[in-house]
Amino acid sequence: MTPAISIKDLYKTYDNGFQALKGISLDVQEGDFFALLGANGAGKSTTIGILSTLVRKTSGQVQVFGQNVDTNSYETKINLGVVPQEVNFNHFEKVFDIVVTQGGYYGLPVRLARERAEKYLTQLGLWDKHNQQARTLSGGMKRRLLIARALVHEPRLLLLDEPTAGVDIELRRSTWEFLQGINRSGTTIVLTTHYLEEAESLCRNIAMIDQGEIVENTSMKALLRKLHQEMFILDLRHELEQAPALNGQVCQLLDPGTLEVTLESHQDLNEVFAQLQALNIQVKSMRNKSNRLEQLFINLLKKPEQHA
Amino acid sequence: MAGISLNYKYTAFKTIVWKEIRRFLRIWVQTLVPPVITISLYFVIFGNLIGNRIGQMGGYTYMEFIVPGLIMMAVINNSYANVVSSFFSQKYQRSIEELLVSPVPNHVILSGFVLGGVARGLAIGVIATVISLFFSGLHMHNLFITLMVVLMSSIVFSLGGFINAIYANKFDDIAIIPTFVLTPLIYLGGVFYSVELLPEFWRVVSKLNPIFYMVNAFRYGILGVSDVAVGYAFSMLVLFTAGLFAFSLFLLHRGKGLRH
Repeated sequence: MTPAISIKDLYKTYDNGFQALKGISLDVQEGDFFALLGANGAGKSTTIGILSTLVRKTSGQVQVFGQNVDTNSYETKINLGVVPQEVNFNHFEKVFDIVVTQGGYYGLPVRLARERAEKYLTQLGLWDKHNQQARTLSGGMKRRLLIARALVHEPRLLLLDEPTAGVDIELRRSTWEFLQGINRSGTTIVLTTHYLEEAESLCRNIAMIDQGEIVENTSMKALLRKLHQEMFILDLRHELEQAPALNGQVCQLLDPGTLEVTLESHQDLNEVFAQLQALNIQVKSMRNKSNRLEQLFINLLKKPEQHA
Repeated sequence: MAGISLNYKYTAFKTIVWKEIRRFLRIWVQTLVPPVITISLYFVIFGNLIGNRIGQMGGYTYMEFIVPGLIMMAVINNSYANVVSSFFSQKYQRSIEELLVSPVPNHVILSGFVLGGVARGLAIGVIATVISLFFSGLHMHNLFITLMVVLMSSIVFSLGGFINAIYANKFDDIAIIPTFVLTPLIYLGGVFYSVELLPEFWRVVSKLNPIFYMVNAFRYGILGVSDVAVGYAFSMLVLFTAGLFAFSLFLLHRGKGLRH
């Protein structure tokens, strides 16, 4: 099957001499929910920019659904929806007009563009604001408007550059649910994010990019299996003054009522609970520490001298 | 680009034009009212108060003589201002990326912005003509020439505004050309006088000014008098239109100031 995105030996050097991409190669299959992770300046947005033609590549080959972005720009762009990192609509235009106008740029007749605008603004919880100027929206709503605008022509591939940056938790969760629904209906999604929890929750495959190079490109499951350790947060029924000494596991007291326990991959939780019970420490509740990916990310991006 | 149908291009073009018209109508206090005030003042002060003491020019009263020039000045200024301010502000707040990521071909983008500028230029032209009726009767020597000249002049200056916006990096940059280039060219382009009044040297210099041809061809369409052959003036307009359109397209293809 033709991949949704095929990138080969992609280089980008900006006019000021900064080399943003140093020969990255990447395939994203159709229907995938793919994460591109990396620190600021790693090359994520440059990659998205080249796919959306806002950034000109220095060399390499980029195809979208088998079409070369240089020679078949109409065929590639018509299949592409782009949600940029920064809000880039006219703040003085009405919410509805912004989405309908974008539909016109993709050749949708006005009636269809209006129907689609209503559909996506409703799904993203913005319909009651459709007649307001975009500047009156909150930050989270503006980001959702960017998503509605990118979807109006119902693209096969949606590129999201930090889609939930600065969005509160509740709105972020509902945006995730919306994106998962779009993906289930067949839209390929590629997102860049700083929220590693976001990538872990949403994406099936992942590439990590560091200083313009791909340092990891695999499935989320395979990546997480690489973790030798897993951390759990235990909420205690009674407060402790100091962390208990467990035989074989590392634990630390985050506060008098919260214990963090680190398990090696060969260890299991039963051992921890048995030891805590023996020490008469009662656990009220437990949760998985959600920064497993963060930990791996830090490990992967560690400079060689830091390992030394 | 073989996959692009005419129907698609027409839809995209219509969308851009309508968006541009919606913009200048939305901010009508900034776009439509000031020219009305300025033109009225020109008519009152230059045409009525001072003009009565000047006497005839080119066989017409001074008021009748300056009406075509003032209408043309309004068309030129507003066509230019519409495109330069709209395109630059979209570039500045990056909403131009909405268009750049879409499949709209560059010539459709350019044509859309230019027609937006023409729409505002002509709207102001009509308003200026209506205002002139309060001060002077409406002559019409040749309607076709009048309409063609005003249309082509509007296109030329919309293209000029587009090029200015492409090169502009800050809001100051979109004020420099209108202030230091456009205004002197308009005032020295024969709006208020016939070049026959000038010494030989300045008469030759005036003929290097593109606005001189526009004003005179337009004046010919309305009054039937001109300081230059109308055919020659049309040739210059066609040349400017073609040259500026080609250059604007070249800049868009290169992504000058738009793509990194």
